[in-house]
Amino acid sequence: MSTLVALARAQALAAGRAQPIATVRHLHVHDRPLVLIPFAMAGEANAPLAAMLGTSESEPRLLVVGQPRNRDERFAFTASLAEAVVPYLASFGEGATEAVPVDRGRDVRHRFVDAPQVWVPNPGGVDFLRLLGRSTRFRRTDGDHPVPPAVPLLGQWLTFLAASAEVPGSALLVNAVQALGLHWATGQSAAEDAHLGSLFAWITSGPEAARAAEQGPVAGPATDPDFDNRVLAPLMSSAPAELVAALRDLLMPTWERMWQSLALLRALPAGARVGLRWDTDRDVYSAFVAHLEEDGTPQPRRDGAVAAAARLQRLENAAARYAVQRAFDDPLVMAEHRLTGAAFGGVVSLAKADRIDDTGKRPVLRPRIMVATTEPVRVEPGASLTSPARPSQKAKVISVTPTGSGSDVLLELSGGMGRKLVAEPGSVPVIGEHLLLTTLSEAYRPGAAFPDPADTPWTHGGPPAHSSAHHEDPAAAPG
Amino acid sequence: MNRVEQLRGPGPGKRHNARTVAALTGNPGCTRRAVLDAAGVDKVGLAERIGFPGGFGQSRFALARGNAFEAMLKADDCALLRATLGAYVGTYEDLGVDEDGTLSARHARTRTLLEGFTEGLVDHPLLTLDVAGQTVFLEPDLIAYQTGTQLQVVEIKSFAIIDGQADGTAVSAAAVQAAVYVLALRRLLGDDKVSHEVVLVCPENFSLQPVAVVLDVRKQLSTLRRQLSRLESVSVLLETLPDGLTFDLAQPVPALVTALETVDARYAPECLSACELSVFCRHEAGGRTSTLGRPVREALGGVETIDEALALASGAADPAPDQTEAAALLRAALRLRDEALLSGPSSALSGPSSAESSAPSSGDPSSAGSSSVSGAGPR
Repeated sequence: MSTLVALARAQALAAGRAQPIATVRHLHVHDRPLVLIPFAMAGEANAPLAAMLGTSESEPRLLVVGQPRNRDERFAFTASLAEAVVPYLASFGEGATEAVPVDRGRDVRHRFVDAPQVWVPNPGGVDFLRLLGRSTRFRRTDGDHPVPPAVPLLGQWLTFLAASAEVPGSALLVNAVQALGLHWATGQSAAEDAHLGSLFAWITSGPEAARAAEQGPVAGPATDPDFDNRVLAPLMSSAPAELVAALRDLLMPTWERMWQSLALLRALPAGARVGLRWDTDRDVYSAFVAHLEEDGTPQPRRDGAVAAAARLQRLENAAARYAVQRAFDDPLVMAEHRLTGAAFGGVVSLAKADRIDDTGKRPVLRPRIMVATTEPVRVEPGASLTSPARPSQKAKVISVTPTGSGSDVLLELSGGMGRKLVAEPGSVPVIGEHLLLTTLSEAYRPGAAFPDPADTPWTHGGPPAHSSAHHEDPAAAPG
Repeated sequence: MNRVEQLRGPGPGKRHNARTVAALTGNPGCTRRAVLDAAGVDKVGLAERIGFPGGFGQSRFALARGNAFEAMLKADDCALLRATLGAYVGTYEDLGVDEDGTLSARHARTRTLLEGFTEGLVDHPLLTLDVAGQTVFLEPDLIAYQTGTQLQVVEIKSFAIIDGQADGTAVSAAAVQAAVYVLALRRLLGDDKVSHEVVLVCPENFSLQPVAVVLDVRKQLSTLRRQLSRLESVSVLLETLPDGLTFDLAQPVPALVTALETVDARYAPECLSACELSVFCRHEAGGRTSTLGRPVREALGGVETIDEALALASGAADPAPDQTEAAALLRAALRLRDEALLSGPSSALSGPSSAESSAPSSGDPSSAGSSSVSGAGPR
């Protein structure tokens, strides 16, 4: 928790209104998202109870399992869920593609111009979908307990979405609690914010409404024990029609809040780099569609050593990229880095835009500027800084001189000034310009080299056994 | 009538179990919880009586599944449990459930049985543990499994272990509970007689097929020992409470609330999932930084109240000597926040912040607008 966000929470509590902690939206919001609210049966390992889903607020579709402990009903539910969800997910893979240059323009690859976006209420919803994916992707479409082909396909899709949800900045599977919490601070704790109804009410109406919503319907996937004992249990044994009505009443408020949350987020202007991250999401989606068409084997239960290491590195890179991009997009996020000393703001006091460094083989343009700042500067000479206003330009710290009120930082600029020995107009900061400089960098982080899975060293368990497509024995499932 | 009975009133006392002992050690600084638990007060009833009911309870589906799983394991002389544990030899002794009056007798039977036990399974032993200077009976839903010279605690839980992984919260709760039993068994039989490794038996994947995993609870044990030793002073604490103080549910609500306020609570948002009285304490703690959670409180420099934190940030209040550093950080944070809110693209919901951002800030407002980055992305 940064001091800035903590301060925003304190302000929210004092004012009785949620406070913004972002000035732009850091998340791609789809024009036609699929909202999916899963509910689980208490006590069981990932037994679905109900789901409300759809791509339009006015047309919620409710799927209910009348008796979650009956496996036939559970499979029927999964089949209807697959039938409702898979066409949406796959539809973008039938749309238009665009060419993306790769290998410095020497080659092109194609990606789909759009990708699906699924919204669930909370992180619990993501976990539920991950487990549902795990329990369905190895199901057989033949043998003793066959399932419709769409069921294992749904499992693969859900596994793909849940895995992408772990990647910082990915927007293929979004949970509303996190999306709202990224942009507003409420005057309650994170534990209380985890209840979507309470969080949403705090943001839109304030603390009293949040307290009232706390008592209202939960957003799943777990049901309220009291609801189980008082409503669900009697209806489950006697009245299937009333059960459906009771579940509709339970899910409807969350359904409406999900769409209102989407509208709330859409009203914010998108950050400049949100589109770049959605491009990555479309790449990942396109690759998965290709995998389904070409190979189609389900994802393994556990990653092998090489795959796990590669995945971990992808996650680390994505996290670093996401943190930098958010800071560059949003002065309020950058302020957190200014507070910790990773960035500082100042005024250009001297500028020599036409300075040429001719000590090397050929002369190069290396303007120098002096920035006077009153903020703490925690950089050493030799460090490389960037300004969000000119992300392609590097500023090397030559010296830091303490002054009465702060520091004078002497910087040597390179890059982002055109190819000539005279800087393009506007590419070098002028005297009097307010400048923000940071150690954060958007520079490309090359991936590490990992061995081929077949060459996994013995220290990491050796090459994996070939068992990627083993199917689960359906007879082992509870009857 | 002793002190404890006077505090509790005429109702029957709530008995401790591993869950309450574990919760007690979760927030050891809370005097209110320590006193109410020591006195065996019905906290659910109390919270309802004063108009702050909490959402505590267990789904009957979850209970049914847990019971079904346990019954399945224990059927036919524990055939399935034995197969899971690899414990094919020895006997199965069930000490059963009984009434309040015979607890001591059952505890004596437990002690006799366990001390002379060689090999096999013992179900429902009755254990004791000194909690806050009082001896409490624990009725573990537990099987002790004797092999060789050491006794092992077997916990049966109905959450699933899927591909070798289970819900972290559930596992850590189970580990703390098992540690309570290990501690109680060690106090009964001696440290070297009880293993610090406990066996967790859970359903595997999406079936009811059991799987056994071994948990090392040494860390939980040492935490528990430390927290329990800090709780030893509760009997001393009870003596310091005013005479005539009682939490008898029959008294009028204002009197009950006054009685509660005599004993200090230490509220944290974690209480909401662990303590029946938490909604009342949250209401009482309104305006304190602790209600926003420990990370927020720490990020605000450990300042006690929200008003104080905001006054330090705006410069309206002079910091105490030990607050200088926190105040400087808060002032810098407020200056940066106001500057960024002014310079950023207008936000749809940024209106409400104006009340605070108009407060005097130590920064130079003329520098606002310096760091606008809108539209600067390399598209």
